[in-house]
Amino acid sequence: MLNDKDRIFTNLYGFHDRGLKGARARGDWDGTRELIAKGRDWIIEQVKESGLRGRGGAGFPTGLKWSFMPKEPQAGKPHYLVINADEGEPGTCKDRDLMRNDPHKLVEGALLASFAMGAHASYIYIRGEFYREAEALQSAIDEAYAAGLIGKNACGSGWDFDLYLHRGAGAYICGEETALINSIEGKKGQPRLKPPFPAGMGLYGSPTTVNNVESIAVTPTILRRGGAWFAALGRPKNNGTKVFCISGHVNNPCNVEEEMGIPLKELIEKHAGGVRGGWDNLLGVIPGGSSVPVLPKDVCDDVLMDFDSLREVQSGLGTAAVIVMDKSTDIVRAIARLSRFYKHESCGQCTPCREGTGWMWRIMERLAVGDAESADIDLLEQVSRQIEGHTICALGDAAAWPVQGLIRHFRPLLEERIKARRAQTTRAA
Amino acid sequence: MPKLTIDGIEIEVEPGLTVLQAAERLGIEIPRFCYHDRLSIAGNCRMCLVEVSPGPPKPSASCALPVAEGMVVKTDSPMVRKGRKGVMEFLLINHPLDCPICDQGGECDLQDQAMLYGLDRGRYHEEKRAVLDKDLGPLVKTCMTRCIQCTRCVRFSAEVAGVPDLGAVGRGEHMEITTYVGKAVGSELSGNLVDLCPVGALTSKPYAFSSRPWELRKTESVDVFDAIGCNIRVDVRGRRVMRVLPRINEDVNEEWISDKSRHAVDGLMAQRLDTPLVRRGGKLAPATWNEAFSAIADKLKGMPAEKIAALAGDMADCESMLALKDLMTALGSHNLDCRQDGAGLDPAQRASYLFNSTIAGIDEADVLLIVGSNPRWEAAVLNARIRKRYLTGKLKIAVVGPRINLTYRYEHLGDGPETLSKLADGTHPFVATMKAAERPMMILGMGALARPDGAVVLGAARRLATAALLVRDGWNGFNVLHTAAARVGGLDVGFVPGSGGLDTGAILEGASSGKIGFVYLLGADEIDMARLGKAFVVYQGSHGDAGANRADVVLPGAAYTEKNATYVNMEGRVQSTRTAVFPPGEAREDWTVIRALSGVLGKPLPYDDDAQMRARLVAANGVFAGRGGAPKAAPWGGFGETGEMDPAPFVSPIGNFYMTDPISRASATMAECTSVFVMGRQAQGTGTHG
Repeated sequence: MLNDKDRIFTNLYGFHDRGLKGARARGDWDGTRELIAKGRDWIIEQVKESGLRGRGGAGFPTGLKWSFMPKEPQAGKPHYLVINADEGEPGTCKDRDLMRNDPHKLVEGALLASFAMGAHASYIYIRGEFYREAEALQSAIDEAYAAGLIGKNACGSGWDFDLYLHRGAGAYICGEETALINSIEGKKGQPRLKPPFPAGMGLYGSPTTVNNVESIAVTPTILRRGGAWFAALGRPKNNGTKVFCISGHVNNPCNVEEEMGIPLKELIEKHAGGVRGGWDNLLGVIPGGSSVPVLPKDVCDDVLMDFDSLREVQSGLGTAAVIVMDKSTDIVRAIARLSRFYKHESCGQCTPCREGTGWMWRIMERLAVGDAESADIDLLEQVSRQIEGHTICALGDAAAWPVQGLIRHFRPLLEERIKARRAQTTRAA
Repeated sequence: MPKLTIDGIEIEVEPGLTVLQAAERLGIEIPRFCYHDRLSIAGNCRMCLVEVSPGPPKPSASCALPVAEGMVVKTDSPMVRKGRKGVMEFLLINHPLDCPICDQGGECDLQDQAMLYGLDRGRYHEEKRAVLDKDLGPLVKTCMTRCIQCTRCVRFSAEVAGVPDLGAVGRGEHMEITTYVGKAVGSELSGNLVDLCPVGALTSKPYAFSSRPWELRKTESVDVFDAIGCNIRVDVRGRRVMRVLPRINEDVNEEWISDKSRHAVDGLMAQRLDTPLVRRGGKLAPATWNEAFSAIADKLKGMPAEKIAALAGDMADCESMLALKDLMTALGSHNLDCRQDGAGLDPAQRASYLFNSTIAGIDEADVLLIVGSNPRWEAAVLNARIRKRYLTGKLKIAVVGPRINLTYRYEHLGDGPETLSKLADGTHPFVATMKAAERPMMILGMGALARPDGAVVLGAARRLATAALLVRDGWNGFNVLHTAAARVGGLDVGFVPGSGGLDTGAILEGASSGKIGFVYLLGADEIDMARLGKAFVVYQGSHGDAGANRADVVLPGAAYTEKNATYVNMEGRVQSTRTAVFPPGEAREDWTVIRALSGVLGKPLPYDDDAQMRARLVAANGVFAGRGGAPKAAPWGGFGETGEMDPAPFVSPIGNFYMTDPISRASATMAECTSVFVMGRQAQGTGTHG
């Protein structure tokens, strides 16, 4: 369990002042100028050493990502840092609390990360529904400007830095990094083809790095306490702390910062007050936001919460949004609801996702009431495989995985429901 | 240069190519729907999946994947086939499968690919999607339920046509292609959308439900509705031209044609002259060829040669113009002109009336000055080529003339001769820009030349060419943009006043004053017929238009789809039309009519068949020997006149793109386009409508 002294987000719950004064009291903006003075390479080295993996879901090493940016900007091609605050994954609510209660961590992180990548401008793309969060963040940006922490000669470091807040309009797909870039440019939020990757040709055709809010917000603390400190937490290749969002059938749904690799059971029991009706009442857990496959109780008993452990059980850490479902849950209906979500949020650009998500949802709706045949389960599985890996962005995969997880772990339930329905209709006839 | 292996064959290609293009070099065709050579890459249909190593263990879209050293590509592995079958199934689940009633049937990419990758039965038992049809105007019919959202049409209208009217609204399976907002696609190139659409979502409205592709006889020909000389294919069923499609010619029209070239062909069946006519008692009455010829012979008997004149129209072919010229020479008259608009072109200097840079040369130009022209209406396909170059960001454009939407940004220097004078003197700052450029171009339009002071304007343009160094080593940036398909050919055969002969203006002047007593109109309809006075008028042509209405004798001729005839495009490229159908009724190929008349007049022309006629063409001007080849550069010389220019601004001669000649004026489709696009009368849906 994480010691209080190793906690990064000390105002996660908003008990203290979120303003600049409060943030300074918690250690933010302390020696930022000196950190910058140590140079770009030192910052990237520290982040690499910390083993920080992207907190947006894919878990790509952050330091490595930063090192893909060109060393010196070409004429007319300024570098950009874009911060993805379009937190739309169902079950995920960590960035919301970070921005609402501890916005200065993000502002300071934006400065340090931008400096490390040679960017003089950074954009925060915030989800349109996050109205109060945008207010909080904007007031933090204004305070930082007023205090000379960002803007011309930020913190007296000699580095000019501008930070802009851009509000989205509520499309889930705009959380995909290239769709997000399109959206900032005023275009339709559809993912771009890769290559070219954003590090070569991103926002306005310039080298761009897109990072999650949490990845950026932890950077100042990592730099202050050293990459080695962060790397010492958690498990190898899954280092540091992470904000988990626990929702669903628990007694105390919450956001909590914990060490990577904490056992799922411990996470739920210690922080969320346990499963409603006790651990034995657990049906399954979606461990990383709506797009990762569900885990049944027997896996949940001893799985660890980090990227690699969850991949071993054919799921994923994703955004670490733990959705807990007890035995009162109609798991088929729950996954059908997720399928509807992905059908609704597909941008419509590529064929498999545009056509396949709707197909899966319709089969799921029939399975939810048992109005299907056993062969439809295989069909559903095949359709999900036809979508997975055949699309431009990962939304197709995200739509396919929950369905695959359901079939993998709950196929008997599906069969049972079909049988029950058939029995009912035969009796009626 | 990266070396990669595709299906076991090694190939070295230039960097920047995609895997799909590299495979094409090897003759390996990869199925595709959204990818198109001339449009930006969307990568969204996912049909072109291939297996690539090294790379992720999933198929990649080859249309968007750049080649890399050492890449190993498999285009037909089990993984690829499985992927494509999956995509095909997805495309078909919401497709109506109404091929038997779909106009695309038989030439549909989806149909063809489904033969290769489709399953033999559907697994989709849910409800299918239906999409409301959109109104894209009188040329493009929509059946949007068939749409597979490849977005080729959106990209075409935004990139090539330059009218951002089309777009996709909605998300996911509710994504629909539509116009902004519900208006017709206001482009002169909209017919190409139909060719681009890989399915039957966009089909040709005038051609709807009229024939199947396998019923059509196809003839390769060239277009004569403008001076570009677009390469076309004429599709015929029975005796009727059903449709016209573009043929690929990278140097001329790439693969586009304008809406007029494509859709005016219904005019070929209307207002046709199919029998000789002779005016008796004030009315034109049907007659035999002999009666018509003797009526002409009677009139010409004893008429002094200087009272005889001939004018050639905008669609006249080179053979008939040369035959008529030979006949006029035999009759002793030098009063002939092919410039019925009175353009001040100099026939002596070929370089003075050609598009010297060539159309493909636009792809190299870096500065372009357009003088007195609206290329969008005068040469729509050429305008698209200018836009293509403009989109690369390497072409700076300026305009002297009317300020209109040309689909690209330009600097407007002025309205007319005043600005041109400054440019010609070299005192205008834009001259320095042109001088500094590597490949500067000027396009001189008929708006500047087809005026009484046209020759002086030409002279000013000549001086501008010198001042701005438009002609330099291996490059001639002096270009005349013609509006008439016959014009360059007419000048090349020398259908211009001989020594002491009268030009168009003088002929009309003479006719109204009585000095000219006989006028032979070879398809000339664009002159003011009232000025012909009491002259005896012979009209030879295909359509009953202004000329036939005024004529005393009408000789029915063939339209461009009905003869093997030579046309020279604005670059000086010699091309031929081919007989796709026979002329209607008594109508005959035009030069044979003149040959027959010459016999009746006692001055028989010395050629009796196509081969002899063509030999005569080559004898008349060596350029006709280079048939089908690239145009030869013309030597640069002095031309044009000096003097005062009329300060009136330049105005494009085309007031209505859709109606410029007898064929398009006879076309019902063009009439509808005029009403929608020129008069702005789009039918408004009313809720209870349709």
